[in-house]
Amino acid sequence: MPIIIVLVLLIIATLLFHFLSPWWFTPIASNWTGIDLTIDITFWVTGFVFVGINLFVAYAIYKYRHNKNRRSKYEPENKKLEIWLTSLTAIGVAALLTPGLFVWADFVNVPEDAHEVEVVGQQWQWGYRYPGADGLLGAADASNISAANPFGMDPDDPYGQDDILVSGKDMHLPIDRPVKVLLRSKDVLHDYAVAQFRVKMDMVPGSVSYMWLTPTLEGSYDILCEELCGIGHFVMRGSVVVEDEESYNNWLNSQMTYAELNAQAVGNPQVGQALYAVCAACHGANGEGNEALNAPRLSGLEPWYIKRQINYYKTGVRGGENDVIGMTMSPMAAVLADDAAINNVAAYIETLPESSAPLTVTGDVANGRALYEPTCGVCHSRDGQGIWAVNAPALAGMSDWYLVRQLQNFKSGVRGAHPEDQFGYQMVGMVSALKDDQAINDVVSYINTLR
Amino acid sequence: MTYIPIADQANELHDPHTFISKYVWSQDHKVIAIQYGSVAIFVGLVALFLSALMRLQLGYPDTFSFIDPADYYQFVTMHGMIMVVYLLTALFLGGFGNYLIPLQIGARDMVFPYLNMLSFWFYLLSVIILMASFFVSGGPTGAGWTLYPPQAILRGTPGADMGIVLMLVSLAVFIVAFTMGGLNYVTTVLQARTHGMTMMRLPLSVWGIFVATILGLFAFPALFVSCIMMTFDKLIGTSFFMPAIVSLGENLNTAGGSPVLFQHLFWFFGHPEVYIVALPAFGLVSDVLSCHARKNIFGYRMMVWAIVIIGALSFIVWAHHMYVSGMNPYFGFFFAFTTLIIAVPTAIKVYNWVLTLWEGNIRLTVPMLFAIGFIFTFLHGGLTGIFLGNVTVDLPLSDTYFVVAHFHMVMGVSPVLVLYAALYHWFPKMSGKMFNVTLGKIHFWATFLGTYAIYLPMHYLGFLGVPRRYYAMGNTDFIPDSAQALNANITQAAIFVGVMQLVFIFNVIWSLKYGKKSDPNPWEATSLEWQTPDNPPVHGNWGEKLPVVYRWAYEYSVPGAKDDFIPQSIAPEDVVMEEGAGKYVDRSEEH
Repeated sequence: MPIIIVLVLLIIATLLFHFLSPWWFTPIASNWTGIDLTIDITFWVTGFVFVGINLFVAYAIYKYRHNKNRRSKYEPENKKLEIWLTSLTAIGVAALLTPGLFVWADFVNVPEDAHEVEVVGQQWQWGYRYPGADGLLGAADASNISAANPFGMDPDDPYGQDDILVSGKDMHLPIDRPVKVLLRSKDVLHDYAVAQFRVKMDMVPGSVSYMWLTPTLEGSYDILCEELCGIGHFVMRGSVVVEDEESYNNWLNSQMTYAELNAQAVGNPQVGQALYAVCAACHGANGEGNEALNAPRLSGLEPWYIKRQINYYKTGVRGGENDVIGMTMSPMAAVLADDAAINNVAAYIETLPESSAPLTVTGDVANGRALYEPTCGVCHSRDGQGIWAVNAPALAGMSDWYLVRQLQNFKSGVRGAHPEDQFGYQMVGMVSALKDDQAINDVVSYINTLR
Repeated sequence: MTYIPIADQANELHDPHTFISKYVWSQDHKVIAIQYGSVAIFVGLVALFLSALMRLQLGYPDTFSFIDPADYYQFVTMHGMIMVVYLLTALFLGGFGNYLIPLQIGARDMVFPYLNMLSFWFYLLSVIILMASFFVSGGPTGAGWTLYPPQAILRGTPGADMGIVLMLVSLAVFIVAFTMGGLNYVTTVLQARTHGMTMMRLPLSVWGIFVATILGLFAFPALFVSCIMMTFDKLIGTSFFMPAIVSLGENLNTAGGSPVLFQHLFWFFGHPEVYIVALPAFGLVSDVLSCHARKNIFGYRMMVWAIVIIGALSFIVWAHHMYVSGMNPYFGFFFAFTTLIIAVPTAIKVYNWVLTLWEGNIRLTVPMLFAIGFIFTFLHGGLTGIFLGNVTVDLPLSDTYFVVAHFHMVMGVSPVLVLYAALYHWFPKMSGKMFNVTLGKIHFWATFLGTYAIYLPMHYLGFLGVPRRYYAMGNTDFIPDSAQALNANITQAAIFVGVMQLVFIFNVIWSLKYGKKSDPNPWEATSLEWQTPDNPPVHGNWGEKLPVVYRWAYEYSVPGAKDDFIPQSIAPEDVVMEEGAGKYVDRSEEH
């Protein structure tokens, strides 16, 4: 008889778990309250059926438990009962489906006054494109993509010149204005999902999918990729800031258009050389690095990486209060007055002869390789040369003690946790593959062989 | 030449003479069934082990240095594909289909025994190819069991070199094996039934297996062509599923293909696949419930038609797996409508199982416990299916742990409980020995309660919005730390359930060696397989004369009859009645 008691207990436990669970939908931040209502209706109907049928089963097992002196009823079928049950079920199913279809009809019909925003996915980062003053997005295609044109803009389309291009994890939306989100992917399937918005949609390379919503609650919400997109799927994060119209416009106006990005001056190494003198004090005249001064090697690092890091030091994204060693870099970065200066220094560093830093870290190279190749090597490339398209810098030849320290910093939250760090959060996620210091040493000792 | 029905033909029975032809290159459906079953259970244990590794990472994300993200995605992928195709499909159809069809319809063997043998060996080959992918450079594919391109064949995914190719080849070989077996099952049911065995007297097990096999014969070709096309995309540079792509900074020079096309093909197979697993389970559990409740299955004809209708509808619901795939969203109306229609015949089946218990005389044997457990888990999994089938509700829940919890309840736990019910139910017939009842009950309680402890909470992670297929959740603005604690609890339950499956393996091995000799019909069942002259049945099944069938397979507790069961093969005049009860009348086919 334990089965009867257990069935009843399971029903009670399920109901208790349901009503006491702290794990529940996030507070909604969009217009899709109809979805939540449909879920509520579904819960009530299915909950009633779940409890009813299981109680009936428990009662039947109790009442008709085996008894040698009794016989089952012989009843091959009961048409009347079967017709009743079928009809009731059909009505119940219709009651569940109908409200859902009304909400869906809203979802597929985008309001005419919705403004458009494009989200571009790639392994494993987000990018965003806003129409400029003309209110129209220019043509774009994966076949146009290059290091200078990561969005694949059509250079000849006049409508695209004023498009605002945002590389990095954050997007902004104005509150209470319906938005049609156009979804595009450069490589594989991704899925744009914000739990607080309730709606999500896959991004499919080769076509543009869409969804729409009206943000209704100010705040910053995580964007997660929810379609498996390869090894870095779980670190493909972004965030969407919902704010009032004025803040939104301020933010939008501070971003660069396609034409402005194209017009950006190329760095001048001659000018950069003079500025580099201050760097040379610690990093060495040839950017070879100096462990005693905690200065890593700079030669061999790509200009886009150097520029981003100097900016981070200038704005406090790196070198914050937890980062005792990084702090010393902040005043140095402040010496470079503007973007042009940073550009020039980065251009000069690119001209430095590439030397390999001394070897100081030892570990299990074979284990390091097993860790590196399927994980780190996907973005930083198998031979450690880095890949511009995923914003992953070169590792080969880098000061190994510095790599160890940075991996530890990502792990402890010293680096990558700042909300403005556009790609560091990915490293915070990926270093979870390195469970201890030994694993970090192993991986770095393997990177040491890639030179 | 006059036509002689297959049942009457003096069969050449390819009698085995040597050990090898009896147990290795065997053409006997019973031996092939056990070969299929053993290999399926073996790979199932491999997949179970992989799920334990996955759960270790999810429950304790900072602990196990031997699980990196690539490993994790490979475990997820191989676990899913093995469980769905190589365990469930193979065990229900290759295992139980092979064992039960000839015995339950009164045939001496399958109509194409040689093809049947080839079917098993191709299946074994597909398993070997699949297992080989663990040992190639780069390891097995980590593309997720759905193998969605372009990701599956690009370098950002683990196993995109050799692993994915071996997976696709293995699936193709599996489908060849399935087709050889499947044509056999269908032909045998249609052509080799014994005298008196009309279609509407078939046990529901046969009906479930029969319709599932037809589904498979229509559905697997869609998977077959998509495997071939993806292999071409991978190896010879075609662009069936590849649009213009820049992958990790490299322009691949592909163009014009459609990733969504693959999804349509995959789910055109994938949704019927759910019923390829579920329909045999429906059939088997019906027979177990009826026998141990000592009562006819309630509404037999309705049950048959429900199987047929569910099977037919399963071909027009596939895109409910793709509501947020980026396909034209207007499809949502059609597929939500067809999907929820399936709920009606499915609900009828549940009602009829429950009504079979009502006014029965229920023996709580081990197989019966598993069957009752199935009603509970299937009801739960079916109801959560209504959430996901309803396109609007799917929007927030798609790609979250709610989906994982739902399909594990409905097509993981539920069919597995039926498999156990069936294995315990037919073990005495297959082996001639009784299993150990105490161990069977321990196994039931651990599995039934343990799996519910895994999957009930998992639904709530989905409500919260925790995405599936994440190696580590890291920091988010909406997932509280308590979710991680819950994940650890789920892992503990999963490890417990996994370990407790060894009780079953031990029970089988122990009982084969030391189990009590079983009565030929220990459950006092009516269907033909329990009436064989030998126990376990020998080659040819029926001795000199084929059985003759006089009635349906559910003649339990007939008023006035002396026993509470009347086998299908007892002639009406031989039915022993109680004194004063008058003559036996078959009322089962009065409608």
